[in-house]
Amino acid sequence: MQALNSKAIEVTDLTVAYQETPVLWDIDLDVPPGVLLAIVGPNGAGKTTLIKAILGLVRPAAGNVLIYNKPYVTQRRIVGYVPQRGSVDWDFPTNVLDVVMMGRYGALGWIKRPKKRDRELALHALEKVGMENYTTRQISQLSGGQQQRIFLARALVQDATIYLMDEPFQGVDATTERAIVSLLQELRENGKTVVVVHHDLQTVTDYFDWVTLLNIRRIASGPVEDTFTTENLRETYGGRIAFIKNR
Amino acid sequence: MANFLFLTHIDYTLIVVALGAALLGTVSGALGTYAVLRRQSLLGDAISHAALPGIALAFILTGSKTPLILILGAAVAGWLGALVILSIVRLSRIKYDSALALILSTFFGFGLVLFSLIQRTGNANQAGLDTFIFGQAATILERDVLTIGILGGLAIIIMVILWKELKLLIFDEGFAASLGFPIRLLDILLTSLLVIAIVLGLQAVGAVLMSAMLVAPAVAARQWTNKLNLMVLFSAGFGAFAGVSGTIISSSTTGLPTGPMIILCATLFVGISIAFAPKRGIIFDGIRQLRNRRSLKLAVSRLLKNPQKESK
Amino acid sequence: MPNLNLDIILIAVATASACALPGVFLVLRRMTLMSDAISHAILPGIVLAFFLTHSLSSPLLILAAGATGVLTVVFVELLQKTKLVKEDAAIGLTFPALFSIGVILISKHASSVHLDIDAVLLGELAYAPLNRLKVFGYDIGPTSLYVMSGLLILNLIFIIIFYKELKLITFDTSLATTLGFTPAIIHYGLMTLVSMTTVGAFDAVGSILVVALIAGPPATAYLMTDSLPRMLILSVVIGCVNAVIGYMIAYVLDVSIAGLIATVTLLVFAFIFILVPNRGLLAIARRHIRQKWEFAQTMLVIHLFNHEGLPEAHTESEIAHLHEHLQWEPTFASQVVKYALNNRYVSQKAAQLTLTDRGRTIAQKALVQ
Repeated sequence: MQALNSKAIEVTDLTVAYQETPVLWDIDLDVPPGVLLAIVGPNGAGKTTLIKAILGLVRPAAGNVLIYNKPYVTQRRIVGYVPQRGSVDWDFPTNVLDVVMMGRYGALGWIKRPKKRDRELALHALEKVGMENYTTRQISQLSGGQQQRIFLARALVQDATIYLMDEPFQGVDATTERAIVSLLQELRENGKTVVVVHHDLQTVTDYFDWVTLLNIRRIASGPVEDTFTTENLRETYGGRIAFIKNR
Repeated sequence: MANFLFLTHIDYTLIVVALGAALLGTVSGALGTYAVLRRQSLLGDAISHAALPGIALAFILTGSKTPLILILGAAVAGWLGALVILSIVRLSRIKYDSALALILSTFFGFGLVLFSLIQRTGNANQAGLDTFIFGQAATILERDVLTIGILGGLAIIIMVILWKELKLLIFDEGFAASLGFPIRLLDILLTSLLVIAIVLGLQAVGAVLMSAMLVAPAVAARQWTNKLNLMVLFSAGFGAFAGVSGTIISSSTTGLPTGPMIILCATLFVGISIAFAPKRGIIFDGIRQLRNRRSLKLAVSRLLKNPQKESK
Repeated sequence: MPNLNLDIILIAVATASACALPGVFLVLRRMTLMSDAISHAILPGIVLAFFLTHSLSSPLLILAAGATGVLTVVFVELLQKTKLVKEDAAIGLTFPALFSIGVILISKHASSVHLDIDAVLLGELAYAPLNRLKVFGYDIGPTSLYVMSGLLILNLIFIIIFYKELKLITFDTSLATTLGFTPAIIHYGLMTLVSMTTVGAFDAVGSILVVALIAGPPATAYLMTDSLPRMLILSVVIGCVNAVIGYMIAYVLDVSIAGLIATVTLLVFAFIFILVPNRGLLAIARRHIRQKWEFAQTMLVIHLFNHEGLPEAHTESEIAHLHEHLQWEPTFASQVVKYALNNRYVSQKAAQLTLTDRGRTIAQKALVQ
């Protein structure tokens, strides 16, 4: 239909249900390449589920996800993922460099072990997040901000075109937050597409240039200046009842 | 007690038993690491108990006491038990702990029913089946050692080949899935390796104590290192050492059953590790805290006595 | 076994009830495995008390073993507090070690102790009535019936007196603390009862199958109800039914009674698991089929609703496009359209679908929920 379709991520009519309860209803979402996008919405709005559905980690009841016009399965290598920091056990016996190296496992494929080059890539990524002096540090001895940085570094070594990040600012100190933001903006300058699940409405306009408002359905999506409006926000957060009356 | 040091007492049978126990400790120590890190320490307990009806059924169906056949029956039943536990948790509101306790005890109960059935039919061959409940290391023969060596070796080889994948699975399942690794399949494989380690050990230490063979060496090893590869290595070493020392101690005196002795040795390693391990151990930690407090006190008192001098 | 033995039935019923009551709170508090740990770890307590009393049914034995059980709980919690060992590993370390000590004690003194590990671990209900309680030379019934009935009453009294507190620490420990209840006292009280009940029961059913009695009926009841009082009653009833049926089958087949009670516990659980209304596997499957259509219909109206009045509405509402947009098979799509047309949620003009007012209301409701 559209030969010159240049959408980085294209979600069409995506519905996800856990057992009986639908978490996402008929979501349409187009993410143009090279944007820094925040997904915002109240708790239980399905933000994490949307990211997981894009990554193919949850099976949708209906709908479709395309990454540069191809299904995710064939595009895995160009997508980097930063899960929530709390999703892993930080007492796991391993060190910083080793965790970052895990980002290379996808490119390595089965059985093959990381080589010297993978090590260099990991070290380079650690430099990018300012953690180069912590390579041999046991991960349980890291602060929340440092843990988040090495998760970012792990995604960086994937050398992806699209990055999906689940709450990268959660529980990090102000310095780390600034460092992460400038890193994300640098990624965007380099033509990468970055999708971030975000909680803090105050910082949306400062950090991001594109925003998706989500509450089980997609309320609005587009450039921040057009989309991040009081009316849309009320519809997403407080204005559930008003929404019915208005229609 | 002291005479276990005199190696002259060691005869051929003891060497076979000790070798078997050492191999067993190695295999369960290495694979137990994964169970402990995944917080599935007690899944081993459930599998070892759930294996019982499999042993009985294998015997009823084949009439044979060949270890390989019984091990196969145990493995099938243990694996089924693990599968049922995970399915109950996935398909209902029953939590992991309840599902585990339920399957553990009822599978075991069904096993007892089958055993009493075998006993009643008066099959002269049945004697020895109940060693699987309490374990009897002394009954380990050369062919058992061979079985443990081959099957356990195979399990460890698979673990080494898929090292990177299994590590990622345990540390960050979601990330592993996003990279395209089939986590469900890897999960099943890991559980299967655990089942192999458990059924191999049933004969020596029995269903009741087998879980400790998985947990204790791994917990001890965790205290000494922050690296997964070293943890697996140490855990295997602790397991082997517990196997050998338990066997030798129990053979030195009459009335000291081997299985419990092995478990006590392994538990002793845990105690020593938790107390004395550098960095993580309680004593080290206590000393560090004491030193911190003292230096803090020193600084404070200096400050109080001589405020001007200190502030310069 | 000459006849169906009423004593055995009574002992089995008393034991099952006594175990099911505290079991309910263990299942709800996700601490069921503690009962597994306790039932194994009390072995050294039993042995030591046996050395002193030379009897398996003396009250002292129950107290001593009960204390060992509480000690196990304390030990597991201490291990966890070091932060070096996770809870599951702490349990997995503690009980095998204590059990090993018990086994070694028994085999070390095998000649002087007539205590069989088999008996402790596996129990034999058939022999339970042989031990009689005599008052002034009169046989007033089997000792273990009195022991288990006593424990049953003790558990009942504890639950009745501390019902409110138990409920609170089960559902919200932190709230219980802020309200001024000391969860620790209720917690250890419950653990003491679990330990004592376990000791009382091991004589009849053994230390592994007692776990089936503690975990099985409450887990089964948990599938059937949301109310705590109903769950307590159901657990006791299910426990008793399991015990009686188990005994009868074991009697006919002449096999291990305790083993069969455990087997029946599993079968009854499986039966309920599959058949219970609303939450059972069958109900879920049936609802899935029904809801597949409802769900698809809702998806259709929401899809139309989302694109209503927008420029792309024309293509999005074409029947031929549904399969492309919603990833539906063409036949499935036409069936869903028919279903929605029947319910008057949509209307059809040529190949175009439009929402009716009814359909719009449904879509709004689904989105707001």
